[in-house]
Amino acid sequence: MIFKGRVWLLLREGKLIDDIDTDMIFHNKYLAITDIAEMGQYTFDNLEGYKDFAKKAQPGDIVITGQNFGSGSSRQHAVDCFVALKTVCVAAQSFGAIYKRNAINSGFPILTIKQIDLSKVKSGDIVEMDSEAGTIKKDSSDIGKLEPLSTVQKDILKAGNVFEYAKTL
Amino acid sequence: MGKTLVEKILAAHADEDVTAGKIVWIRIDVRSARDFGGANVVKNFRKYYPGEKVEDLEKTFFTFDCNVPANTIPYANNQQICRNYAKEQGIKLYDVDAGIGSHVMIEEGIGYPGSTVVGTDSHLNIMGAVGAFGQGMGDQDIAFVFKTGKTWFEIPGSIVVNIKGYLPETCSAKDLTLFITGKLGTKTALGKAIEFRGPAIDRLDLAGRITLASMATEMGAIIGLVVPNKEVLDHFGQKEALLPDEDAVYEKTIDLDISNLKPQIAKPPKPDAVVDVESLGGPEIHSVFIGSCTNGTYEDMVKVASIMKGRKVKPGIVATLVPATMKVWKRLLKEGHISTFIESGFVVSNPGCGGCASGQIGMTGEGQVHVSTSNRNFAGKQGAGATYLASPETAAASAILGRIATLQEVE
Repeated sequence: MIFKGRVWLLLREGKLIDDIDTDMIFHNKYLAITDIAEMGQYTFDNLEGYKDFAKKAQPGDIVITGQNFGSGSSRQHAVDCFVALKTVCVAAQSFGAIYKRNAINSGFPILTIKQIDLSKVKSGDIVEMDSEAGTIKKDSSDIGKLEPLSTVQKDILKAGNVFEYAKTL
Repeated sequence: MGKTLVEKILAAHADEDVTAGKIVWIRIDVRSARDFGGANVVKNFRKYYPGEKVEDLEKTFFTFDCNVPANTIPYANNQQICRNYAKEQGIKLYDVDAGIGSHVMIEEGIGYPGSTVVGTDSHLNIMGAVGAFGQGMGDQDIAFVFKTGKTWFEIPGSIVVNIKGYLPETCSAKDLTLFITGKLGTKTALGKAIEFRGPAIDRLDLAGRITLASMATEMGAIIGLVVPNKEVLDHFGQKEALLPDEDAVYEKTIDLDISNLKPQIAKPPKPDAVVDVESLGGPEIHSVFIGSCTNGTYEDMVKVASIMKGRKVKPGIVATLVPATMKVWKRLLKEGHISTFIESGFVVSNPGCGGCASGQIGMTGEGQVHVSTSNRNFAGKQGAGATYLASPETAAASAILGRIATLQEVE
């Protein structure tokens, strides 16, 4: 699958930010919200340096971040807020375990970055990620590599979500 | 090839080979949702399975603990959605009086050694304390399990954390837990199952095991497992513990020596920023919280009561305390410990996740230095202040002295 969009690099001191937890992605004060459409506006409003993310994000954006993205709580909101913003995908160097499941089951694409050359990309650039080929490209030149998707993730993405996927079993 | 403990537990719930790295469908013994996430579970269930029943009423539960009783209208609405749905389906619901769901499940024997337990609580891997597989999940995952009774897992690889030596008398299970969290950080065990071993682990009582297992989440692990000892097996009326095979394959073994351990504390805003309490030099604090799924057991509370007996919280310090469950609360009341807390200056709340969940027993303001016995001190989690994570002993001593201190500084 191909994921193409305008990229947000979540950086601190020139490095991709590690350990962005679910309270930074979607703070616990908004947890009573159950309507996905209302969730987008609060995305990253507790992440230092990116509190205005939701205002500036556009449909079709891609988020690139560091290790252990989405650690912490089990809240689905931390995935759904990106669905609400129509974010194409989140690509991180690794994900928190629950976050990974939540994203996979809801059919929201998350990609694991094996390697990326930060000197060749900046926020606002258009980037293309190919989950089959494992490539990250800007202007057709390689700027990084992706881990392959697991079979279950591919199957669920194809079906739409875990509920639809279960019907195919 | 032998199996690790997590592989053995999961293999007993699968119809195919269970080996690290494989994706396997697992039968789930206990399916639960809280007031947090619960309303969305109901919403998903109704959307994808309109008019249908949950797979097994005996295995399905609601546990309210996050915002109890609800102090916002949206939470109250969500709880009522769960109550109505539970009634409609005939699902057992532990309401706002019951306490922390995971603790209730252990108390009541709902989750037991060798079982598989899922729910909308990211600390549900606390079940590792009793040698069970527990996992926190999002609301879609749980709606799916309510209906099907199973889910897929990518079987985690395992690492062994081998503890050498015994805990010094000045340290408790929380000091051990923080020490391990500091050593592992958030990446060593990311996505792995941990098996905690060593004579000091064998000796931990159930309360201590709960403290240790509760922070596997902060270690980034899928779960931290402890093989049940006799006390744990007796609690559940079991005779034998499930053991890993001797020839099981582990990704690595980490040896940690605790013979010279000193009381530990995690500095804000990271649970793994762990140092010796004494190295901080006793900075002034403004508030203390004792409770949570990490340190809300009867044993934790009694330790605090014995420290506070005849002593006072320093004037000006806000000290709050929340026992984990109503059963614990009642026992503390009967034995006179609740009056000890109140006489010494603590604000005591009804059981639940107070202190972690937003606003249930107060938040911190800007510049406020807070000592908590909970498991997370991420920025903004408990408010605008700075939260340190410590043992109940350190928290109580800090409340008495008005600065971060070990129990030895009080005694």
